[in-house]
Amino acid sequence: MYPKIIFHITFYALLFTALAACTPPTTPEPVEVAPAAPQKLTVMTHDSFAISEDVLASFQQEYNIEVQFLEAGDTGSAVNKAALAKGKPLADVFYGVDNTFLSRALDEGIFEAYQSPLLAEIPDDFELDPQHRALPVDYGDVCLNYEVAYFQERNLAPPKNLEDLLKPEYAGLLVVENPATSSPGLAFLFATIGYFGEAGYLDFWQGLVENDVEVVNDWETAYYTEFSQWGGARPIVVSYGSSPPFEMIFAEQPLDEPPTAAVTGAGSCFRQIEFVGILAGAPNRALAEKWVDYMLSPTFQEDIPLQMYVFPVNPNAELDETFEKYLAIPEKPAFLTPADIAARREQWIKDWTETVLR
Amino acid sequence: MRNKHNVHLLLWLAPLAFLAVFYFYPLGSILSLSLSRSEAGILAPFVEAVASDSVRRVIDFTIWQALLSTLLTLLLGLPGAYLLARYDFRGKGLLRALTGVPFVMPTLVVAAGFSALLGSHGWINVALMRLFDLPNPPIQFLNTLAAILVAHVFYNTTIVLRMVGDFWSHLDPRLGKAAQTLGANRWQVLHKVTLPLLSPAIYAAALLVFIFDFTSFGVILVLGGPHFATLEVEIYYQTISLFDLPLAAALSALQLSCTLGMTILYARLSGKISLPLKLQSRKHTQGRLITWRQRLFALGMVALLLIILTTPLLALAGRSLTTLGGIDSPEGSIAPGLTLAFYRELGINRQESLFYVTPLSAIGVSLTYASATVILALILGLPAAWALSTDRKSPLNRILDPLLMLPLGTSAVTLGLGFIIALAHPPLDLRASPLLIPIAHTLVAFPFVVRSLTPAMQSIQPRLRHAATVLGASPRQVIRHVDLPIVGRALLVAATFAFTISIGEFGATSLLSRPEFPTAPVAIYRLLSRPGAMNYGQALALSTILMAFAAVGMLAIERFRIAEVGEF
Repeated sequence: MYPKIIFHITFYALLFTALAACTPPTTPEPVEVAPAAPQKLTVMTHDSFAISEDVLASFQQEYNIEVQFLEAGDTGSAVNKAALAKGKPLADVFYGVDNTFLSRALDEGIFEAYQSPLLAEIPDDFELDPQHRALPVDYGDVCLNYEVAYFQERNLAPPKNLEDLLKPEYAGLLVVENPATSSPGLAFLFATIGYFGEAGYLDFWQGLVENDVEVVNDWETAYYTEFSQWGGARPIVVSYGSSPPFEMIFAEQPLDEPPTAAVTGAGSCFRQIEFVGILAGAPNRALAEKWVDYMLSPTFQEDIPLQMYVFPVNPNAELDETFEKYLAIPEKPAFLTPADIAARREQWIKDWTETVLR
Repeated sequence: MRNKHNVHLLLWLAPLAFLAVFYFYPLGSILSLSLSRSEAGILAPFVEAVASDSVRRVIDFTIWQALLSTLLTLLLGLPGAYLLARYDFRGKGLLRALTGVPFVMPTLVVAAGFSALLGSHGWINVALMRLFDLPNPPIQFLNTLAAILVAHVFYNTTIVLRMVGDFWSHLDPRLGKAAQTLGANRWQVLHKVTLPLLSPAIYAAALLVFIFDFTSFGVILVLGGPHFATLEVEIYYQTISLFDLPLAAALSALQLSCTLGMTILYARLSGKISLPLKLQSRKHTQGRLITWRQRLFALGMVALLLIILTTPLLALAGRSLTTLGGIDSPEGSIAPGLTLAFYRELGINRQESLFYVTPLSAIGVSLTYASATVILALILGLPAAWALSTDRKSPLNRILDPLLMLPLGTSAVTLGLGFIIALAHPPLDLRASPLLIPIAHTLVAFPFVVRSLTPAMQSIQPRLRHAATVLGASPRQVIRHVDLPIVGRALLVAATFAFTISIGEFGATSLLSRPEFPTAPVAIYRLLSRPGAMNYGQALALSTILMAFAAVGMLAIERFRIAEVGEF
């Protein structure tokens, strides 16, 4: 019995070593020295995260690190999971908390501070956490979009700012998302609060209700079901400043101009910034720092737009020319501090619900 | 007697261990952690929930819409079940398979189908506007209560068709004929003979449909719109948007106790009425459509089922094959052209993304998880159903029976968080394990498997087994020649449910997924959440492929019934 087992073990061990020796070494080092097994880094993300194969490969090869990604649902779900797992983190790094959830993440203490040297390249506007627990990676502006053809056919000027939406000629044309269930919906509510102030935003919404605004629960329904560009009846929708260039890049046939455009008038957009951070108690702090640096470096930053549909915070990252040409840059995007958002979010949503849905 | 209890305990062992580790432990962890965050003590959130007017409104609406949806589902499902049970006609297998397809479709896709059909610029509204020269779309469907009810009927009719239809097909029609001979009219037969005999299956199906409607989430959110909220939607909102975990936990507990209450009520009702029946082979119970009344009924019923259960899906498939540019301007005269561009694009990783998958591999991942779910759910469900069917009155069974339904009535948001805090560290570190998804799916499929199997197993008369044993059959032969032929059909129904539940499940999958291996619904959702015609078109195309695979899968299960096992 025993000799047979020993024979088998030795046989397979030898076979395995032989096979391992036959595979070409990944580094041009002398053949006798087997490359050290890669260290493992776990990165938790929200469900919109994506990355190019070669961008990840270049990181893994450079540092001999194997990255495992854990997808944790939408932004809110992912932040909740990180908060509940505090002390026994699920991963080393968490990417995907945005400024509307930032305070929750910081108050729960899920991150450790890390002052990446690459922060020097990033404009200060993006750094909302002075203690460097959450480091900015990308941003996107939530703006009104409209269908260009609809307004051209009717010789109607598209709206230029938020006040325009109250005019009778735009009655029944707007569809927005519910801030209680949708992230762009919440961002648009914040834009109106930032622009009209806490004293005035509910009057504005009351005016929108009188002007027959439609509310749906999610971006997908607003954009693909209700927006007139895609089979709905309403030519103005709350979406992203980047949606028009993406309509061009992902058009059925090549287009000369985007079929939609964004409204960028003063204070009509709200900027969502997404952050990365090292989870408190991360088992692989040194590797985690390398990954965070990599996310802020131009190589990763240039990969962001076409993978995740948002934009790099690092100005050294070069953009595709479609974006250079058609990406709407809002004048004075509305701004609210994460602390204000955390303190008032519930009340704002409740008041909004009372005004708009009841 | 003692011996019998031991047997029960043994049968319950595996299912209970599974539920303990993968359901009660994570659920208990998240509920206690959430409640411990309450600053005013663990009772405060319950007081807050019960005292709040808005929560009461939510509970009222949740129960009301679930009752209404269940009634409507039975209204369509029971005549449909009668048709499938009593008549044999050409294309019946295909009809059965098609009626099961809705069950696998993710809500966002179904919403896209309904909007292609009934949206303000959907095909029906555009046709009516052109026909009658109307300035505005005449039908407002999305964001109404009607949309919620129709979608619930759309999803759940298959439960009634399968659970009641299969049981009905084995009922001896001579019982009714005897009653007629004795002077009963058609309705008296239905009321006094057929319905009472069918009631175990009807109650079981109604309970499952009710719990599904009661915990409805995607349908309410996407098709019902912001004016409607069920408890499940409220739990999601409290958890994700407000991070009020104590209140969310109280609401979860409330939802659970409602489910438990319903299940206990069901157990009471069905405990009274179930009796061993002499089930008949379908050769004796099914006839051809002979009289013109029968034919008319069949024609009407088939048309109704197809209209309600397949037109939204066909509209979706149609849209995936036409250029989208033509649809967005109903005033314009651009006729939509046919195209395969979206299907071709699915096969290309244009952005060289790490998480890109080909449609076939996404379907492959879905099928792998579904197969694992079928196996796991049957392994766990069979012994539980067996224990339940042998002696309903035993104290152990009476306690455990209602517990089985709980996973179905549990908030997915709550349980998803529970998985994260309870099952993410050694000794049970399942964070990145591919097993997590079939385990989560099995929790949902398990009650279906048990409910499909129990009525059939109860109908096995102990006398048959005794007779076989007396005649010298070994226990194995008894199973092979007595039990299996009788439950074979129910076993296939159970397997179909486990299969379709797993393929269509989105909530748990998206919370627990490894991004490199998305299931088909997750891959569809990724495409749908991006702007641009090619992305939307691809989402529609992948949905259509998923639909086709689901239909073929169900047809295969239909055919799979080996003559002697599935039939008797």
